[in-house]
Amino acid sequence: MRRTMLYLPGNNPNMLLRGHLFEPDGLVIDLEDAVSASEKDSARILVREALRRGEFGKCEVTVRINATDTPHWRDDIAVVVSCGISGVRAPKVDNAQTVRDIDEEISAVEEKSGVPQGSTKIFCLLESALGVWNALDIAKASPRVTAILPGGEDLAADLRTNRSKDGVELEWIRRMIIVAARAAGVDALDTIFPRVNDDDGLRKEAGFVKQLGYDGKSVIHPNQIPIIHEVYAPTEKEIETARRIVEAASAAALRGLGAVSLDGRMIDAPVIKRAEYTLKRAGLDCPKEG
Amino acid sequence: MERNAVNREIPSRIDGYGSTDGRLFEGAFARKPSGYRAGAKIRAAIPNGSSKLSGSVKEAVMASGLKSGMTISFHHHLRNGDYIVNSVIQACSELGIGDLTIFPTALFDVHKAIIPHIKSGVVSRIMGSDNGAIGRLVSEGGLDSPVVLRSHGGRPRAVISGDVHIDVAFIAAPMVDRMGNISGRSGKSACGSIGYAFTDAQYADVVVAVTDNLHGYPISPISIPGIYVDLIAETESIGDPAGIVSGTTRVTRDPMRLLIAKYASRLIESSPYFMDGISFQTGAGGIPLAVTAFMKEAMKRRDIRGSFGLGGITGFFVDLMKEGLLQKLLDVQSFDLDAVSSIESDPNHIEISADWYANPWNCGAAVNMLDIVVLGATEVDVNFNANVNTEADGMLLHGIGGHQDTAAGAKLSIIAQPLLRGRIPCVVDRVHTITTPGEVIDAVVTEFGVTINPRRKDLLNAWSDFTYARDIPLVSIDELAERAGRMSGPMEPIRAADRVVAVVEWRDGTVIDTVRQLEK
Repeated sequence: MRRTMLYLPGNNPNMLLRGHLFEPDGLVIDLEDAVSASEKDSARILVREALRRGEFGKCEVTVRINATDTPHWRDDIAVVVSCGISGVRAPKVDNAQTVRDIDEEISAVEEKSGVPQGSTKIFCLLESALGVWNALDIAKASPRVTAILPGGEDLAADLRTNRSKDGVELEWIRRMIIVAARAAGVDALDTIFPRVNDDDGLRKEAGFVKQLGYDGKSVIHPNQIPIIHEVYAPTEKEIETARRIVEAASAAALRGLGAVSLDGRMIDAPVIKRAEYTLKRAGLDCPKEG
Repeated sequence: MERNAVNREIPSRIDGYGSTDGRLFEGAFARKPSGYRAGAKIRAAIPNGSSKLSGSVKEAVMASGLKSGMTISFHHHLRNGDYIVNSVIQACSELGIGDLTIFPTALFDVHKAIIPHIKSGVVSRIMGSDNGAIGRLVSEGGLDSPVVLRSHGGRPRAVISGDVHIDVAFIAAPMVDRMGNISGRSGKSACGSIGYAFTDAQYADVVVAVTDNLHGYPISPISIPGIYVDLIAETESIGDPAGIVSGTTRVTRDPMRLLIAKYASRLIESSPYFMDGISFQTGAGGIPLAVTAFMKEAMKRRDIRGSFGLGGITGFFVDLMKEGLLQKLLDVQSFDLDAVSSIESDPNHIEISADWYANPWNCGAAVNMLDIVVLGATEVDVNFNANVNTEADGMLLHGIGGHQDTAAGAKLSIIAQPLLRGRIPCVVDRVHTITTPGEVIDAVVTEFGVTINPRRKDLLNAWSDFTYARDIPLVSIDELAERAGRMSGPMEPIRAADRVVAVVEWRDGTVIDTVRQLEK
């Protein structure tokens, strides 16, 4: 699940040690915007120590590296990939070649440090009009790509506008990205909601992207996590339907049947997968298949 | 040098305090009262005789018969806005009165104005909580005699049992009539309850009410009756309203404090006390207020109605009562304007004295009816001993407040605080000062989870059966201390000399610990 991925400044030991306590689904340790140029090296060491300590609860651990047009990104990959993380979040991805460059660099580090080949995923931040336009190519550029995400401020600037309260400037971008993500078979994760004290605004935006099909949002403040989880929590009716689907499917599997119907409707693999995901979001375990 | 029941070495004699023989801490409930109550001098106000109005503070000091070497007392309801301690000491200085023992319920930063009078010998001894600058002065050895720290309940016990005799009590009074009847409920310096002053009024040889709000006889309601009051001094203002009340009753948005508060609230909810009739004290401050907010949500969810809220009362508690989640408020100290206005208008908001609140040696202390208390501490150790007096550098900066009393009285006492403050660990192998023994602390809650004192098997069982505890880690105190040490790295040991600068009394008057002078 990637309903919430919490940014933690890579130069803030307090947050690096405690971020997971707020139980987001994932963490994004930030070596990019949160860290000034003069602090890049010290933050990388701090992040390395935190990763080696490895106390992040049940969170998926990712690191936002610096962009490939900076002198830092190779050092970032060398340090964080060798620690064995779930993925890197790559900023300012404009085209498939950027993904292939990052993929190559990661592969070399995995090889050298004994991390299983291909285990480090790539989350692509599309922060320009060109990047958004190339979303499908980017999402398919490497099997490591696991999610694509619209940028926030940078993207608004590239569109020659700014971020508004109702987010109208990102509306079509979000629609384009979800379509590209689904076409490529990767996750679509939304950008952050910047107004940390506007709980109602966050609830509304999370509800909108959830309805579009997004798998979750990036988060910049721990207080945003329970609100998004609440939005993503399935309703009682959804849970009940999902439970019946999963039960029917596992009963069919026990009897060796490939296909099964429930209430006169065929249940195929995607429906079962979706039902299992619903139960997971509700915090319920799926019954083990026989 | 002998060791007390919490294994602290206590000198058999402490200069300026006396012998500790028979006064070593033996256990939270070990020492029993004996003998009779002490008393104040009998005096009478003659009918049609001279007026109690004695003019200015200085004139009242003269009229009170105060002499060098005597003990004078104050209350701290005006908190950091108080003008009275400073003006009385200034008057004493002008009148050539010195070598005074001051016996305040607490001193705040505003009272740093008396530091020159400490240095010049007007004040030679302090028995009371010292927050801020005066605490710093004490820690550095600035007083000849050690400060004696007592809890809110320990202080009236000391007066009533005769450990401390008050020669003159100066009571800052927001509202007074011509016969000396006192109320804190209205006036420009209104502070609500004046519960800390009751015992002083009853047991001092001379009582001076100092007011900026004099009324005709009689006022109502009356908190402290004029039968105890000898003199009334008038002054332009007894305090700065901005320092008297703290306006904020908003629940914190600090995510870590919210997390700790949520865990603490879950622990309360898991306990056998979470049922109709529950009583609690959570006080002011970020985490306690947030615990109250989470408890409110849980009480509504499970349709629980509480009986009373205790202690320092905030507007948040007033709202709980208005919403029917609590039936009564027992108020020894009103923290904000909402609490002040409520105590003035709602008969279910009851003013109580410090004696009534917390004295271990009376027959009806409210703390003994308390189910839950949520407290803070600067440090807790692996034996659950809590330090609320000294900071990580050994500096004496805080009073005891009701910490000892509520922890001893409540059925479930919780210390809720971050594991580290900045880089300073709050759970350690050994606390620098023991204020409250682990014997009466039941749980510690940090952002890393809930820690239950192993002697409370009932709470451990209740926790493991509790659905809402499912996602909250249960951590042992040793794990917490180890984690804190790992996160903070090694701390430089505190360098203290042998000289005792403060004596920490347990609420029964025994010595639980001492604070030593810091090496410069």
